[in-house]
Parts: sequence; structure tokens; C-alpha cells
Amino acid sequence: MVKEEQPLKKVCIICAKGAIEDVYATLVLANGAVMEGIEAKLFFTFFGLDAITKKYMNKLHTATVGNPAMRMPGGLAFPTWLGAIPGVEGGVSSMMRKQMDELDIPPVDEFLEMITAGGGEIYACKLAMDMFKLTKEDLYEDVSAVLTVGEFYAMCGGEHTQIIFT
Amino acid sequence: MGQKVIANKTIDVNDEGYMTDPSQWDKDVASALAEEIGIELSDKHFEVLDYLREKFKEGEVLTIRKVGKSGIVDIKGLYQLFPGGPLKYSSKIAGIPKPASCV
Repeated sequence: MVKEEQPLKKVCIICAKGAIEDVYATLVLANGAVMEGIEAKLFFTFFGLDAITKKYMNKLHTATVGNPAMRMPGGLAFPTWLGAIPGVEGGVSSMMRKQMDELDIPPVDEFLEMITAGGGEIYACKLAMDMFKLTKEDLYEDVSAVLTVGEFYAMCGGEHTQIIFT
Repeated sequence: MGQKVIANKTIDVNDEGYMTDPSQWDKDVASALAEEIGIELSDKHFEVLDYLREKFKEGEVLTIRKVGKSGIVDIKGLYQLFPGGPLKYSSKIAGIPKPASCV
């Protein structure tokens, strides 16, 4: 039997959350796509907008409260009360960013630049922008446009296209 | 694992066409491999290929970010040199294994 290869041609990735892990899932998937010659369109909405907002993009946090997968260095469970102490979440998040840097994973602004350098396109959700009272000026310069969900869907057509929600 | 004849030379390649013996590589082989992908090599291409081979020899894990910071070419330029596979195609043409990195 001949295996029929139907390579992926386009991915449309929607990022609605603003924690480090949610945003990086989006960025790694998008960058990995353009590196393989797959077209990538990114749509940031709700808290995901933090990833493309100049003020917040390089200061994303991960949750130290209510995150059952959070562990201390060494693997012990990370107590929720510890995560609630002021400054702990910031410290843990900056440690995570440092560890990523050591693996050559860039900060958010540089990652977005890498994706657009490869032809990836970045969009912001109009409704969420209105809700958070953001304007285009608040957004990173590589953001192509602010779109309604309908306009974004209009870009997601074509054969061998997948929509991914992170 | 197989062999193929390219630029009047026999080279060892894996299933995906990546060379398995970097010592069999030379500029003619590179040009022929590039031609198969549809790329005509310029001096700039060879600068990138030399950089990749060098770093591979040093045992470094290659990423497009590293190449972008090498001072040879920025990431946008790398995409222009090797359209559709900045790291994948450049590694293949440089005669080194397929990169195992996600960035």
C-alpha cells in the first residue's frame, strides 16, 4: 500500500491566555511551522493579548497558585500558600524565563520577530482590544492588523489548513 | 541508510536524504544537493554552510536564532537564502544531520 502524504500547508493559531506556557506554546508552534515552510497566522485574544502588548510581552508570568504541575527545584510539590506570597510568582516566572533563555528560546518580542521574519502573520482580536481599552499603539509593531473573528476565519481557508487553539 | 551518486561522487545518506558522513562533503556536493531543492548557492550561502559545519563539529545544537546572531545573516536573510526550510535545507546542503531543535 502506498502511503499518501498530505503535508500541512497552513496553521491558524489562536492564543487566548497570557501565562508564559500558553503564549510560548503558541510561539513555538508558529515558529516551528514557518521553519518547515508552513504558513502561520496567529490570533491573540483576551489575556493572550498580553503577549503582543509592548508593556507586558516580556514580563509574562506563570501561575504559582492553583497550578498543580508547579514544583520546587528538585521536584517537591510547590505549596499554594508559598505561591501566594508577594514576589514569589514574579521570582518563579523570571527563573522560568532564564531557563528558557539557556535553551536558546528567545524572549517574546524576539520570538515574534523570528516568526514574522519567516513570513508568519500576527493579528489582534478587535473585541478583546475594545474590552481591555487597548489601541493599535499599545501593540507590538509586528502586529499586522486588528481583526474581527470573521476576518480571521476568512484567512483560515484552503486545503490542508488547521486551526489550533492553545 | 543508503547511498547516492551526486556530483560524480558516492555519498552516504539517510532515508530523508541527509548526509551521514560529513567528510564526504565538498562544495560540488553542496551545489548539487542545493540544486535538488531548487536553490542556487551564492557566496553568502557558503558562509552559512561553513558556519553550520563548524558549529556541528563543535557539538552545538543549532537553531535559527544562533545563525541569526552569528553576524553572517539575520533570520529574515536566512529565510531568503533557504526558502521554506531555513535550518532544515541549510543543514541538508551543509552535509550535517537534520537539526533536532524546535527553534
